[in-house]
Amino acid sequence: MTNQNTTTPGATPEHIEYVLRCADNALILGQRLSEWCGHAPVIEEDLALSNIALDLVGQARLLLTHAGTLEGRGRDEDQLAFLRVERDYRNLTLMELPNEDFGRTVLRNFLASAFQVQLWTRLVDSTDRDLAAIAAKSLKEARYHLDHSAEWVIRLGDGTALSHEKMQAALDFLWPYTAEYFTASPADEAVSQAGIGPAWSSLEADWEGLVLPVLDEATLVVPARTPFGTFGKFGRHSEHMGHLLATLQYMQRTYPGARW
Amino acid sequence: MLNVSRAWQVLESVPDPEVPVVSVVELGIVREIAEEADGLCVVVTPTYSGCPATELIGESIREALLAAGAPDVRLQTRLDPPWTSDWLGEAARDKLRAYGIVPPEQRACGQGGAGVQPLRFVRRQLACPRCGSTDTERLSEFGSTACKATWRCRSCLEPFEYFKPI
Repeated sequence: MTNQNTTTPGATPEHIEYVLRCADNALILGQRLSEWCGHAPVIEEDLALSNIALDLVGQARLLLTHAGTLEGRGRDEDQLAFLRVERDYRNLTLMELPNEDFGRTVLRNFLASAFQVQLWTRLVDSTDRDLAAIAAKSLKEARYHLDHSAEWVIRLGDGTALSHEKMQAALDFLWPYTAEYFTASPADEAVSQAGIGPAWSSLEADWEGLVLPVLDEATLVVPARTPFGTFGKFGRHSEHMGHLLATLQYMQRTYPGARW
Repeated sequence: MLNVSRAWQVLESVPDPEVPVVSVVELGIVREIAEEADGLCVVVTPTYSGCPATELIGESIREALLAAGAPDVRLQTRLDPPWTSDWLGEAARDKLRAYGIVPPEQRACGQGGAGVQPLRFVRRQLACPRCGSTDTERLSEFGSTACKATWRCRSCLEPFEYFKPI
């Protein structure tokens, strides 16, 4: 007997992977942003970064719960967040990179939230109605994240000589990692054919449409694309991921099943 | 057995934990109450994905209904349609204003609404809830809770909060 609450007919491995990728991007970026709690340069930004982290972790909870339901193996949000091994996480390498300074942090938020806005906008029409509902909710939040980060990118990019220099260095560092959003993925082909969601590779032009005018206004120079590639969404992460997971998973690994 | 209309009345007096001048009903979190064989089913729509009050609100709803005589209470989360600040009624808006929080603009989620148009550099003219001056400025789009932004009045120099349209 199958439990009717934990099976969704037609949930393919590609479908599950797609939802996990959405979930893990939110989870890992949320984890990174939460590191700022108590450390931001001013209290308004401490609140802002913590609030954005909360939104992202909240989105991740909804998405992980949904992925667990699609999978039908009885794994809940906590098991998926805290008890997978590194290679089972599907977030982009971009999300796991250390925060470095405030400029790099808000620039990554900007690049990531611009993508989120485009992705959630499309997923509102997903044939997966649960995913569509999460997208409609997350879209509203992502617009605020984009607004917040775009303002900072312009203020710091088109700011003092020092702030400009730091933002340009941050862009030079982060930009190559954004290519991973748009590299082809076999899962995306299956998922887009089923009407579940767009292939991420098809979102590049729309993403650039949001990102490039702001970077231009910020007087930042966008580096040329290079063959540099990262593969976090296929489970091959950078050296930073293990350290991040050590912090994220510590409590559940040390006290399995612990609850508040 | 607590009937549905009485249950609505009970929940009218359950405050939001972070904005206690408005009830969970006025905020639009409670979407539906239905009688079931062994108790009541309450359908709730959470505000923000990461709102830390969501679980506390669920507990408060359960406790209030059990205390009022419901034999059992089942909570069901509904995400679609997503929560919008448009669900706050006029009375709730007045209460927020009196409490020192500027209520959200109406029609936040409709076409061209404040929560839909590109937000970057949208100039909002908010009246200070204390002195009424419109010489105000936004300090941060984020505030003490997920649902509020932080503003300041340049006339009376007092900070105030703005319930974000979403």
